[in-house]
Amino acid sequence: METAILVGFLAAAVRVATPLMLAATGEAIGQRGGVINLGVEGAMLVGALAATIGASIDGSTTGVLAAIVAGASASAVFALVSIVAGADQIITGTAVTLGAVGVSGTVYRQYFGPEGAGLSLTTLDPVRIPLLSETPVLGPVLFSQSVLGYVAFLAIPAVWWLLFRTRWGLRLRAVGESREAARVAGVRVVVIRTTAAIAGGAFAGLAGASLVLAQVGTFTEQMTAGRGFVAIAIVVLGRWNPMGIALAALLFGAANASQFMFQAMDILIPYQFFLMLPYLLTILALAGAVGHVTAPRELGR
Amino acid sequence: MTLPSALKRAAPLLIALGAVAAGALFMMVGLELAGYDSLTAMAALWRGAFGSWYAFSSATMVRAVPLIVIGLGFAFALQGGALNIGAEGQFYAGAIAATWVGLHVGAWPGPVAMLALWLAAALAGGLWVALPVFLKVRYGVFEAISTLLLNFVALSLVSYMVQGPLQEASGIYPQSDQIVRAARIPLIAGTRLHWGIVVTVSLAAVIWFVLNKTLWGFHLRAVGTGPSAAAVTGRVNGPKLLAAALLWSAALAGLAGGFEIGGVSYALYQNLSPGYGFTAIAVALLARLNPWGIILTGVLFGALEAGAGAMQRDAGVPSVAVYVVEAAVIVVALLANASGALARSAGRSAVAQVGT
Repeated sequence: METAILVGFLAAAVRVATPLMLAATGEAIGQRGGVINLGVEGAMLVGALAATIGASIDGSTTGVLAAIVAGASASAVFALVSIVAGADQIITGTAVTLGAVGVSGTVYRQYFGPEGAGLSLTTLDPVRIPLLSETPVLGPVLFSQSVLGYVAFLAIPAVWWLLFRTRWGLRLRAVGESREAARVAGVRVVVIRTTAAIAGGAFAGLAGASLVLAQVGTFTEQMTAGRGFVAIAIVVLGRWNPMGIALAALLFGAANASQFMFQAMDILIPYQFFLMLPYLLTILALAGAVGHVTAPRELGR
Repeated sequence: MTLPSALKRAAPLLIALGAVAAGALFMMVGLELAGYDSLTAMAALWRGAFGSWYAFSSATMVRAVPLIVIGLGFAFALQGGALNIGAEGQFYAGAIAATWVGLHVGAWPGPVAMLALWLAAALAGGLWVALPVFLKVRYGVFEAISTLLLNFVALSLVSYMVQGPLQEASGIYPQSDQIVRAARIPLIAGTRLHWGIVVTVSLAAVIWFVLNKTLWGFHLRAVGTGPSAAAVTGRVNGPKLLAAALLWSAALAGLAGGFEIGGVSYALYQNLSPGYGFTAIAVALLARLNPWGIILTGVLFGALEAGAGAMQRDAGVPSVAVYVVEAAVIVVALLANASGALARSAGRSAVAQVGT
């Protein structure tokens, strides 16, 4: 295969994987504490809109910050209803996503006109790391990404450290394994779970920002198109471990990017089948993943 | 009936009304904050939903039918402890099958053609959940996630169908041809509401009967309450019951898609459903999974959907704004039930099984 196609393919894989990686890393924090948040899709969506509005007013930095706040807020609603008030997590998460679709659609049309005029934002410039970006293949793929791409990769070891090397992480995982035991040991279950869920939401917001500011360059209604749900599956595939999650996300990026490659190779398969592929792969991969792994015991309760 | 017991019986209804009122209030505040005239918007919403007999029968009720049918299916699965979040995809699977049948049964007598269309739709819905059911029973894959992900596959499949095998004859528009007259569901005189509404109400009765008056329904609810409760009742085949609950649930969602093709749109196109599969979750939860209640809440949400259209036309408020109401209603209903049996049964099923 020509190097140009390979580099294009790998770069696309990484670009597609970035929002998934961010969202999944955040979701893993909550899930380690036994919280499964289907609202991650909604948090990503409002994050994407906040990034769009923030960036169109005051530049991309404001956009990124606004996205983090928006994602964290959406997850705060989720946490309030499911963790504090004790309602079912799955249904609460579905409701939060539904509400996010409504809020983002309404605000978007109010803000950018009734037809939602197609606006285009300048995407974040790639930051080339000296020397490393000169290496063949890996240089253009890994070392000339947008800032958010680097954030996604750096978040992996950071969250790993948070979960497995800090007292907070130990307590969180204790809650995820047995709420009752953790409570008896003096852990404030509701507080730590809420914190974890909101942190996860901040990551989801960031994922939305990376979708808008590093990948697409514009906002469209429901543009997350299930990426948040795929991120939840990626957490399972990555076995609740940040390293595994990074790998699973990259795998997904590759599956998704394969359509660009096939198009470049003139293989005539209707494009809709490529759109289906990542979702089908996710479902099948789940079958392979579960059974060999142990989920946090309190997950969903 | 003494006063307290009357109050107790009316409590679910009061909670439901309170939830809707809270949701509407929430949306009004939001609209004001976003700079819309909320009173104009609410007036338009009311007119579009209940303003006239025609509005009620031909807008509200037409939208209530799919919500009720899908809501019944969601409730049925959840009574057995299974979360079917994939109704949207199953609806589309049913719609695709119904369209295909509806285009090919021109020579058949009317009732047979119509029934064939319904059957195909229900089968396709069931087929669409077959993979999640298999993965759930064989590998323990959590059905909420697998069914949810299949929604996106269904959307792409519809997109392919209306631009490929099922595209209308001229090949210009991304939609199918209209199905033959024989396969269409007759309309109630003077309205645009099809007679499928009668089937819908009958389905509620059947589901109520199965859940409450048969041993099978008792076992299903036992499985939904928890493994220990099921064990107490003796020989209950949990996985088999769960599979059956999911299959019936998906068949209902597929049938709703068939109703939509056979009685409303007569043709397949993208965005056929304005999110019925998700709205129906609110419908079922607000009714606390009670089949009779689902008829009422289905009409209520049908009104909301119908009013949303009027709101967009007359007050310029995007119709997606009603999703906010729906989300608020789900949350209020959840909070009101947080200590109830619903919360327990759903909570148990919620990913306890992800990794087992």
